[in-house]
Amino acid sequence: MFKNRNFKEIVSWQTVLGFEVHIELETSSKMFCCCPADHFGKAPNTQVCPVCLGLPGTLPVPNARAIEWCIKLGLALGCQVNLFSKFDRKNYFYPDLPKGYQITQYNIPFCHDGELLGHKITRVHLEEDTAKLQHQENMTLIDFNRSGVPLVEVVTEADFKDSDDSDVFLKELQQIIRALGISSADMEKGSMRLEANISIKRPEHPDLPDYKVEVKNVNSFKFIKKAIDYEVTRQIQLLESGQIPVQETRGFKESTGETVSQRAKEEANDYRYFPEPDIPPLQFTEAQIESWRSELPVLPARVREELVNRYQLSSQYAVIISSDPDMYAKFLKNPSKATANALVNKRPLQTTQSAEVDREVVSKVLIANPKAVADLKSGKQQALFFLIGQIKKELGDVDVALVKRTVEELI
Amino acid sequence: MLVDDTISNLSTRLKKKEISAVDIATECLEQIEKLNPKINAFITQVNPKTVLNHAKKIKLTTSLSGIPYVLKDAYITKDLRTTAGSNVLSNYIPQYDATVVSKVNSAGSILLGKMNMDAWGHGGSTENTDFSPTRNPWDITRVAGGSGGGPAAAIASRMCSFAIGEDSGGSIRNPAGWCGITGLKVTYGRVSRYGSIAYASSFDTVGPTAKTAEDCALILQYIAGLDPYDATSSPLPVGNYLSHLREDIKGKIIGLPKEFMGKGLDSEVKQLVLQAAKKFIDLGAKVEEVSLPTLEYGISVYYLLAPSETSSNLARYDGIRYGNGRDKFTPETMRRIMIGTYALSAGYYDAYYKKAQQARTLIVKDFEKVFNRCDMILSPVSPTPPTKLGELINDPVKNMLADIYTLTTNTAGIPALALPCGFTKTGLPVGMQLQGPMFSEKLLLQAGYAYQQTTSWHVQKPQL
Repeated sequence: MFKNRNFKEIVSWQTVLGFEVHIELETSSKMFCCCPADHFGKAPNTQVCPVCLGLPGTLPVPNARAIEWCIKLGLALGCQVNLFSKFDRKNYFYPDLPKGYQITQYNIPFCHDGELLGHKITRVHLEEDTAKLQHQENMTLIDFNRSGVPLVEVVTEADFKDSDDSDVFLKELQQIIRALGISSADMEKGSMRLEANISIKRPEHPDLPDYKVEVKNVNSFKFIKKAIDYEVTRQIQLLESGQIPVQETRGFKESTGETVSQRAKEEANDYRYFPEPDIPPLQFTEAQIESWRSELPVLPARVREELVNRYQLSSQYAVIISSDPDMYAKFLKNPSKATANALVNKRPLQTTQSAEVDREVVSKVLIANPKAVADLKSGKQQALFFLIGQIKKELGDVDVALVKRTVEELI
Repeated sequence: MLVDDTISNLSTRLKKKEISAVDIATECLEQIEKLNPKINAFITQVNPKTVLNHAKKIKLTTSLSGIPYVLKDAYITKDLRTTAGSNVLSNYIPQYDATVVSKVNSAGSILLGKMNMDAWGHGGSTENTDFSPTRNPWDITRVAGGSGGGPAAAIASRMCSFAIGEDSGGSIRNPAGWCGITGLKVTYGRVSRYGSIAYASSFDTVGPTAKTAEDCALILQYIAGLDPYDATSSPLPVGNYLSHLREDIKGKIIGLPKEFMGKGLDSEVKQLVLQAAKKFIDLGAKVEEVSLPTLEYGISVYYLLAPSETSSNLARYDGIRYGNGRDKFTPETMRRIMIGTYALSAGYYDAYYKKAQQARTLIVKDFEKVFNRCDMILSPVSPTPPTKLGELINDPVKNMLADIYTLTTNTAGIPALALPCGFTKTGLPVGMQLQGPMFSEKLLLQAGYAYQQTTSWHVQKPQL
């Protein structure tokens, strides 16, 4: 990477980054039928019925609890609620979609225009999950246990600066979901799924670029961060060599830390959305919404504030306790520093990744590249990517964010 | 014949043990054996031994107990082949029963079979079927109407006592009219659609087909009501259709929309409907001319919206499941899928689907306006008597126009009762329909009952 570069040509670029986050709700039943929604680890096709198999003649009956939870998440994210809303059909063919359409929400989502940590939430809507394809050597099997599980989609504006910015946001979103008790939002189990939309533009350009790369199927915060960093670097490199990145969906390869093309987007898919005729439109009252708002738990940000200001805990302890509703409840029973200590120390040890990169190697690279260091100091982010590239050459597959932090510290 | 009689009379005689359920079933089975080869009303017949065993064991718990019936093949029946008239489902054995099937079966009626229909409900003549057209019992060179031609022909030729039909644009009423029987298209949402193979979800209705308004009222009593499996089924309490049946219709205002009586209407059909209007005046009703100006858009609106929905509803028959591929769709079905796909496509949605939805609202309002003035409206069911085989299936536009008087009922969601009002000079049955406001089934059945008390068109049967 970054060979034979004339650094005088480096101009600054701006990352355009936004997210679509899917959250599986842990309601007791699925979105449109009575099958259990908890499908994790269950034997294939044991939690299915005519409705979620999409058999002829079946009809969807919406799950009132799922609607309530979707709206509560929207309220927790500061959204407006559409008092009149509806479901729509999104028509497309895929073997994991037994009806040939997905029931989702198109132009009137339950919630819209929220904000979290300074980032705008475009919309929060409810839909059904698809079945799961299991690709085997000579065949593909379909497990319908997941078909029809309630799925909330949170869409953000593309207003994230970089992967650090988004990391904080996504973790906070996860904590809010957990505080609401609507989902474990566990990325490894797929109950929280992240899709990053990444493109690069000139800062002085007001419009969005006319391409967009979607990175999906990433199952941890660490990897989505890596994937974003890799993708930003890759796209800038392409742009600097005069190419425009291809509009496509990319996945993340954990072994190499690279993103890989999964499918190029043909022309935009025509989903032929239209109002779902099997489900009458929904009308809510202000009173209903206010009553749901009043049932919201204290959200993590408030909890942290309380822990620090009222109970004098360190912010580190506050983060740990606020991120676990159980622990927080236990703490409140006997709120003291001693309780906090006991709770934090008792919690299961988490496997930690190496939190350091070899500083010597980083220093060596910095010394060898004075021009890039100077550029970086004068605010040219591109120089940073160049330096990271050089460091990766020395160290192999490393956490890009960590390298970045180390570089920033050493400079 | 036993099944010439009404359901309630048969039920009384069963309870008095004058006759047995086996007697009725045997008579129907004989009739099927004798006439079905000529009429082709059945797609799948329940094994006669099974039927007779069922009849032997039947407990007389309701007025429907022991009464033999048939289902349009759009209804899902557990362990019994269900095709929707299409080869796409030629070998499909379902895993569950439709709500209406469960209701009728648990009332003790005896299912004889699954009946011929235009595939997926796409048609008005039961010629768009993959199981050969059903013949009209009054003239076997003619069609029985559609899409529910099989159930109607079976009732007219006394192969059963009643049927559960399905009406999305006239599929109960058109064959009822052309076979000289009585059929009720219910208010959208009055009867659960769960287990009815969808043609066009916002148009599809489940209703009874029988020989009289009284029979229809009785059946409706058992099948109407809210269903937790159908979010579009209505929570409104089910009326008591039978106890009000004998109330007279004195003072009721019957509108005669001029748009239904104009161009394209066969003169004999027109005369018979006007005669029926006179009969209603004799019964104490007032008949007034009314106008439904949006009716001229009825065909366009229906043939944009219903195909749009069908293009989506039929997407599940993708060749992965159910054994057969999409090549098994007939040209008429492919045409409707293509029209609907086009109407929903980006760039065309606003001009077609959306505009048609807006027009649908206007049609609903138009009917509401008329029903502010009158209690119900009277019109023909079809513009012509039953057509010759081949006449409609080979002319897609004519095929559309056959439903011109019935489509807008479904667009508006209102109920309509189709019943016989006479015969042409050549002896072909002619039907009329009474349409009323949302959930006015009780009134329509009263009017139909009153009419049938003083006429005898509904007791005529074909000489076969």
